[in-house]
Amino acid sequence: MSIFEYNGSALVAMVGKNCFAIGSDRRLGVQLQTIATDFQRISKIHDKLFIGLSGLGTDAQTLYQRLVFRHKLYQLREERDMKPETFASLVSAILYEKRFGPYFCQPVIAGLGDEDKPFICTMDSIGAKELAKDFVVAGTASESLYGACESMFRPDMEPEELFETLSQALLSSVDRDCLSGWGGHVYLVTPTEVKERILKGRMD
Amino acid sequence: MGDSQYSFSLTTFSPSGKLVQIEHALTAVGSGQTSLGIKAANGVVIATEKKLPSILVDESSVQKMQTLTPNIGVVYSGMGPDFRVLVRKSRKQAEQYHRLYKEPIPVTQLVRETAAVMQEFTQSGGVRPFGVSLLVAGFDDKGPQLYQVDPSGSYFSWKASAMGKNVSNAKTFLEKRYTDDMELDDAVHTAILTLKEGFEGQISSKNIEIGIIGADKKFRVLSPAEIDDYLAEVE
Repeated sequence: MSIFEYNGSALVAMVGKNCFAIGSDRRLGVQLQTIATDFQRISKIHDKLFIGLSGLGTDAQTLYQRLVFRHKLYQLREERDMKPETFASLVSAILYEKRFGPYFCQPVIAGLGDEDKPFICTMDSIGAKELAKDFVVAGTASESLYGACESMFRPDMEPEELFETLSQALLSSVDRDCLSGWGGHVYLVTPTEVKERILKGRMD
Repeated sequence: MGDSQYSFSLTTFSPSGKLVQIEHALTAVGSGQTSLGIKAANGVVIATEKKLPSILVDESSVQKMQTLTPNIGVVYSGMGPDFRVLVRKSRKQAEQYHRLYKEPIPVTQLVRETAAVMQEFTQSGGVRPFGVSLLVAGFDDKGPQLYQVDPSGSYFSWKASAMGKNVSNAKTFLEKRYTDDMELDDAVHTAILTLKEGFEGQISSKNIEIGIIGADKKFRVLSPAEIDDYLAEVE
């Protein structure tokens, strides 16, 4: 049993037209036992930057706290928010610091960069960045998610359509994975607003 | 002078509230060769005298102006060896920033970190302050910027500034000549005229150094041929 499959997780982010959506499942388990159905995997760094952390729950929480710490200091020193590309480089550097005793997490980063251009990326647990123009996935349900996204994704979707597509991809993929599920949590981000929605899926 | 009793230890304040070593460091700067900087609307120019101790010195091997990052340059007044140490440290800090964020370091951040290094040397045991004041010229997302950093570690942003031997004359001259909407070329001419004011001997491309950074965000030191062109325009 891999440490990455201890808690179970599913994460996906997609790029739309001047917007992005990032979604996760809500289950926290201890191997086969479900102990929470409202676990927060996606967190806001600033209004136009979100990070989801899949993998071991404790590492996801601690890593998030460290990243918020770094970002707050950056904001104070540089008097501006971090760009998503910069933040991704920072996460990669922080993960690689622990190369021989890593955080058991796979981050999914999504944000709006200069001129509100959507940016998504994922990386492995030691910081190997993977940029994508369409979608990125992570977690125990990642194989199903790859398949679902590949078939459902189209470029330049409007926000509402993007939300629908991402939600369908997420819910259908976690149904094929016993370690993730119990609903979904999706953030839809446009240059003007952030919409947070809870999805109702199969509660098993 | 009651202060002289307290000038032996760097880390001790004198009764008048001064750190005498820093005052002495500023004196060392004040007796160094003149350097100045001017911030134009579309760039920054920094310039310095390059008086060599003898005609036998190979002047092409001496470079007082240094690049810290492709878009930030620096010049000094004071002790050359101290300057080289600071340049080394600043370059390393700039590269560390880039390694972490994969972004070029903003000018204010680099200036702040360099100033922090200079301040450390005013509060540690067994060291002395740096005997240099720096003029840092850079161009980043916030536009052209010019900063002066003193041996105490304090830094200021300037529209135009001078340091070294001829500082008061040079500053008066700059105050009269400076305009907010100056173009980079005008700023270079003004810089040359300001240097000329207090220059002992004949000014030429071999005994001054000029560095510019424009909207292309690339700092470069002008070649002697380019300086000759500007000198000809000024005559």
